[in-house]
Amino acid sequence: MAYSDKVLDHYENPRNVGSFDKNDSNVGTGMVGAPACGDVMKLQIKMGSNGIIEDAKFKTYGCGSAIASSSLVTEWLKGKSLDQAAEIKNSAIAEELALPPVKIHCSVLAEDAIKAAVKDLKSKQK
Amino acid sequence: MIYFDNNATTALHPEVLKEMLPFLTSQQGNPASNHTFGRKAHTALEEAREKVAASVNAHPSQVIFTSSGTESNNTIINGIAKAYSNSHFGYSSIEHPCISEPIKSLVSQGYKISEIPVDSNGIFNVSSISDKTKKSLTFLSVMMANNETGVIQNIAEIADWSKKNTIQFHTDAVQALGKIKVDFEALDIDAMTISSHKIYGPQGVAALIVNKKIDIIPYMQGGGQEKGLRSGTENIAAIIGFGKACERSSQNLVEFKENIGRLRLILEKALLAIGAIIFCENSNRLSNTTFFSFKNIDGSTLLTALDRKGFAIASGSACSSNSSEPSHVLLSMGVDLDLAQGALRISLGLESTEGEVNGFIDTLKDEVDRLRQMAAVAA
Amino acid sequence: MKNKLHDMPIYMDYSATTPVDPRVAKKMIPYITEDFGNPASRSHPYGWAAEKAVENARREIALLVNADPKEIVWTSGATESNNLAIKGASNFYSKKGKHIITLATEHKAVIDAVRECERVGYEATFLEPEPNGLLDIEKFKSTIRPDTVLVSVMLVNNEIGVIQDITAIGNICRENNVIFHVDAAQATGKVKIDLEKLPVDLMSFSAHKTYGPKGVGALYVRRKPRIRIEPQIHGGGHERGMRSGTLAPHQIVGMGEAFRIAREEMDEENNRIKNLQTKLLKGLTEIEETYVNGDLEKRVPHNLNISFNYVEGESLIMAIKDIAVSSGSACTSASLEPSYVLRALGRSDELAHSSIRFSIGRFTTESDVEFTIALLKEKIGKLRELSPLWEMYKDGVDLEKVEWAEH
Repeated sequence: MAYSDKVLDHYENPRNVGSFDKNDSNVGTGMVGAPACGDVMKLQIKMGSNGIIEDAKFKTYGCGSAIASSSLVTEWLKGKSLDQAAEIKNSAIAEELALPPVKIHCSVLAEDAIKAAVKDLKSKQK
Repeated sequence: MIYFDNNATTALHPEVLKEMLPFLTSQQGNPASNHTFGRKAHTALEEAREKVAASVNAHPSQVIFTSSGTESNNTIINGIAKAYSNSHFGYSSIEHPCISEPIKSLVSQGYKISEIPVDSNGIFNVSSISDKTKKSLTFLSVMMANNETGVIQNIAEIADWSKKNTIQFHTDAVQALGKIKVDFEALDIDAMTISSHKIYGPQGVAALIVNKKIDIIPYMQGGGQEKGLRSGTENIAAIIGFGKACERSSQNLVEFKENIGRLRLILEKALLAIGAIIFCENSNRLSNTTFFSFKNIDGSTLLTALDRKGFAIASGSACSSNSSEPSHVLLSMGVDLDLAQGALRISLGLESTEGEVNGFIDTLKDEVDRLRQMAAVAA
Repeated sequence: MKNKLHDMPIYMDYSATTPVDPRVAKKMIPYITEDFGNPASRSHPYGWAAEKAVENARREIALLVNADPKEIVWTSGATESNNLAIKGASNFYSKKGKHIITLATEHKAVIDAVRECERVGYEATFLEPEPNGLLDIEKFKSTIRPDTVLVSVMLVNNEIGVIQDITAIGNICRENNVIFHVDAAQATGKVKIDLEKLPVDLMSFSAHKTYGPKGVGALYVRRKPRIRIEPQIHGGGHERGMRSGTLAPHQIVGMGEAFRIAREEMDEENNRIKNLQTKLLKGLTEIEETYVNGDLEKRVPHNLNISFNYVEGESLIMAIKDIAVSSGSACTSASLEPSYVLRALGRSDELAHSSIRFSIGRFTTESDVEFTIALLKEKIGKLRELSPLWEMYKDGVDLEKVEWAEH
């Protein structure tokens, strides 16, 4: 499989790898996918006092495109509001990374992970 | 030894060998493998496919690599039989056994088959197909150029007729490629067989060109190579050689038309002068092929004598020359059994020279004289 | 970590294809240049020389497996041999019945040929092997029916390298008057094959898995007692009518030379490769949570198939591109499906996905093995650092009990 340079870059040098304390009330965690499907993505966002995402981390079990998709969105998420974050579309991820058709599901998974993390954080804020 | 048996097989062209060598000697991957070695092999395979396609004006996706012309012909016939259970197979009486035998083997499975004769000049006419046969015929195979007589059929006309009668049409172009222009797209036919070792490429590789209008079910299953139509790890080195040989084959066309045609003219003039009968003499033939016989001279004796003098020629086609059967091609043209039995074939090649042809003529004259004298003594 | 010694990756995929041995290439070249005749040409020395070379090579194939040269039929490769054996024999003996038994872990060429037989009215049983990859003989015995016509079992598995008990399986076939075909494409030069003693009727061989060229193989067809097959390719009547088509002498000569070398050097080579395998196994199993697929005892030394838990297969392959290996068999590795062989052993999809087949051979060196071990240690570590599953495992979470948001 031929990967784009951007996928390779994120794969070789993944940004923001790691974990926050998932019990922190300012941290939202989204875990999507299943080992049997070949991808599990864990995405965490940390909200600052101004309601803006100040940091994001991820861990991904999956192919190079899945790793790159999650690495990319951690960069995009920083500085966004929760509502702006939830607006991120898989098509934008796929386009940025030039994902081939068979890898589009990786970008869908990343979008799902963002939504799940935002949802988790919102539920904690209530 | 002078080699005049180029319709049986040809010597590998040095340029072809040069392309092949790296694929024989250095580390080579399996094109199905998903690593650098595999991808390199895969890329080379697809480049060769493009060259093969270009040489016959087909699309690369229409090219299926096989291990021989025989396999290509079996693939199309068995593949059609499996995909269309009501098939009625027609074939000319001068087809190579690798067309006629697989078709005949289908009779036991309940398929209808029809052998269609050629005329005394070795030419196939659609008018010789009876109306009754025409009505139920679904598939027809007629070779583009005959391996023994060299006669070239009017494939465009036969293909056109087939299309009008909704008959699937296949041509075995193994002998034609590299000697005359072969244009798959212009001919607008369903399937065509070509082979590497007749065009100065390596043995062990050939292709079946198939348009997308017909379905074939493969006779071999496995790893799903060649879009599932021909499983088995690809014979990379040979395929590379085939690609190069195809690329070169258009250059050969001029050579065949001019130089080789001129040599044959010299040869045939001399043959006629010493009383040879040249089969299909006045038909449109490949410029390198002469199929001839002498009345009252035993062909196999002559063949042995010529061999001893250093000339490699053939009696009929290589595949059947281990048997003493007379040429089925000649018999189906209505040639007398005696004459057919003594038939010899000369097929010139790119390396053939005027000196070789003259040397052959001198030797042949001597041998024919000698045999005639012996016959006269015996009588 | 960069592989500085080569500009190409280190080749650890000998089961997909082997390089042509330089001695083989040297022997082949004259047959594509000066001795180029068509072996079916009986009227001149070009043809005779080609025919003689073909017959010498046939003798070499026979010698390696202790058979009569007359029992060897040339083909274009193991795929064709398998198709010819399975369809040819089951068709010829179809009066006995239309039931075929094979293993779920056979090569695609066998599985799909048997499937094709099913399409035309045969019934097939695909036996699941034991978790170690070996066939349970009793289980096999109970599958045989009065209408069983053919059994096909491979000698050495291409993915996991296990060696089946061909003698026991063959004896049961004999007792039940069933034709026994063995795919030995991965076995030649790796295990001793004595067809005089083995109760095998048909055996498939490949050249390019044994340092010979691609595009040529052979089928052994027993003469005593005589086994008949229906030809699948018709034409000039080559190979005593069993397989028509012009033979390619240079390729056949190459296969002959490859098999000669295998015969003469097998014992010594296997010792050397066994040492490399031991070293590789020791090094790789030092990594936590690794699982060797297939029996370790009844296995060729050339193969190690290991699953690395908690890392994903495709990203693993990408991480170790400085070595050329395969995940699953080469013929299917372009697809994303987990290996059907490992699944037949009962491995989970995850472990099947994260399996790597290391296959080593004649030109593998000790430093290649050392490099591979170091590379795997580094890259597995890196991927696990990225893996949420590894984190959960380390935190003591039972992954079996997690409810996954499947999509």
